[in-house]
Amino acid sequence: MKMLDQIWVQNLCVVAGYSLLGTVLWYGTRSDRWRAAWKRLKADVPGMGALFVIFAYLLVGTLESLTISAESGNLTLLQKLASGVPQEKSYSAPLAKTTLSVAEPKPLKAVHLLGTDALGRDTLVQTLRATRSALWIGGLTSLIYIPLGVLLGMMAGYFRGWVDDVVQFIYSTVAAVPEILMLVAILMVLGKGLGTMAIALGITGWVGMARLIRGETLRQVERPYVAAAKAMGQSHWKILSSHLLPNVMHLVLIKFVLGFSGLVLAEAILSYLGVGVPVGTPSWGAMIDASRSELSREPLVWWNLTASSVALFILVLALNFFGDALRRAFDPKRGE
Amino acid sequence: MFAYLVRRLLFFVPIIFGVMLLTFVLFFVVQSPNATARRVLGQRATPKAIENWLHNRGYDKPLLINQTPGEPWHDSLFLNQMQRLATFDLGASDVTGRPLAEIFREGALPSLLLTVPAFFASLVMSIGLSLYLVFIRNKAVDLAASLLCVMLMSVPVMVYVIFGQFVVAQVLNYFPAFGFQLKGISTVKFLVLPVCLMVVSGLGSEVRLFRALFLEEMGQDYIRTARAKGASTAVVLLRHVLKNGMINLITLLVASLPFLIMGSLLLENFFGIPGLGNVLFSAIQAPDFAVVQASVFLGSLLYLGGLLLTDICYAWADPRIRLQ
Repeated sequence: MKMLDQIWVQNLCVVAGYSLLGTVLWYGTRSDRWRAAWKRLKADVPGMGALFVIFAYLLVGTLESLTISAESGNLTLLQKLASGVPQEKSYSAPLAKTTLSVAEPKPLKAVHLLGTDALGRDTLVQTLRATRSALWIGGLTSLIYIPLGVLLGMMAGYFRGWVDDVVQFIYSTVAAVPEILMLVAILMVLGKGLGTMAIALGITGWVGMARLIRGETLRQVERPYVAAAKAMGQSHWKILSSHLLPNVMHLVLIKFVLGFSGLVLAEAILSYLGVGVPVGTPSWGAMIDASRSELSREPLVWWNLTASSVALFILVLALNFFGDALRRAFDPKRGE
Repeated sequence: MFAYLVRRLLFFVPIIFGVMLLTFVLFFVVQSPNATARRVLGQRATPKAIENWLHNRGYDKPLLINQTPGEPWHDSLFLNQMQRLATFDLGASDVTGRPLAEIFREGALPSLLLTVPAFFASLVMSIGLSLYLVFIRNKAVDLAASLLCVMLMSVPVMVYVIFGQFVVAQVLNYFPAFGFQLKGISTVKFLVLPVCLMVVSGLGSEVRLFRALFLEEMGQDYIRTARAKGASTAVVLLRHVLKNGMINLITLLVASLPFLIMGSLLLENFFGIPGLGNVLFSAIQAPDFAVVQASVFLGSLLYLGGLLLTDICYAWADPRIRLQ
């Protein structure tokens, strides 16, 4: 997990992540069903609006994930862009002219749109920087749980028999442990960090995906195209990868988007519990945790809590909206 | 019915074994007992202290099978753990040394006081609201409601709690915000806010789910028949849709049973309720591995118990299931 701390690995991961997403979408354009869904999606106003919001978050997260070497140490692109924002001495309210102190307010070096936190850092910049943790958790976890869930689910549904029994046994066992307990246990043993958090969430997360894909595969196997492929003497692997996979892929995409919103929330909650991101990594959950005591201060410090929760809320909301829009686009008859 | 239950019970045996194996691998293989001792006792612990700690807990035994001549082969870490768990001997806390059974027993009541009222309140509210939505079938209200549901779903629990605590306890100065006591009416007054927050935080996803379930029932043939013979919408909803939707509802509800007893981690911590959630929370901070390990085991037993209850309800609600 130490590897992830190196700059070039992180930069490479960003590029690799985008290429992977691009490849999946490019394969999607070859499918009639995906093209029809895209046409319907384009007419879906809330869905497209949500997509734009998600793109904005992706942009901010990417800027914070790409690191460059500078004279004053390594900086992320976002830090570089925000390098004009000075650090103050202490708390200051949004758009205030002095620090938040009844006894001796000190003049500020600049105007801060959303105020500053206890260390005098600009709240807006901190909130934007925290996007990275949320997106990395969502992305890394998806890289773990999607292949695992899809592969095992398809195998269980296709081969049935003992393969199905084994897969069902494994996921029943994992599902038998209440999720939050499992996450806490894994993270306590493995330690804090983005990588370990993704592993923990991946181990608990694949069960739902495997169940969904198993069910759909069981249904698809009955269809004539599978029988035709079998009659032509195609290998199991070929049937699974080039016939069944494209027919369940849209479910994977919908589950990926809706699951992403859950992962963003999970990141915040785990960081809040103290088993999430390492100390010092900007994260909405950690910001919410830090701002808990600020509400009992006099005068009241409310902007850190508000900024981090609103940023988190908007991303999760957009993901939920977009996921629902995708579902409507792929399955217009069901509606909901 | 009896044969069906026995079959279901037999199905749980390998799963319980699997959970035991899983927790063992996590707490004794992924992290060796040595490392556990180091983390519990601190980095500065002497080798002697660590050795003592390991020996007192029997953690210095071989991992899977004891091959030391003169000692029984089953005197190993894994098999001893299995024996203990099979007799519900949960061991003692790593930090305080108190028996875990005692800690859990103490935490159960406050947890139940919080979660049981919340469970029933949210059940009544979400079923009522979703039935109402299906009942009025108004495009605008429907749209607004589903928008509201998604918004309620998108707020993390802790934000609800911080906000609720701040507004109700500090601004309105109404409820006691902190300091749980088991003392009649003051306990009830204290629990109003956490229970409300728990209901609100789960409401969005539940209403959405139940509404989809009920809508699906509304499309069935028997509904058309009921309408054709002149039943009013209210009768159709309450007597037909609710009854048939129940079968699906049962699964969803029983799945939330372990949380009733485990309590809500965040809520208990925020309100200082000394329940099981809080036990777990302090175990994370300590760190106290024995508590977390035992919680995993107990939590999964509760889940499986819930699953068995679902099966019984299923078999009772739909006799066809017994025969499969």
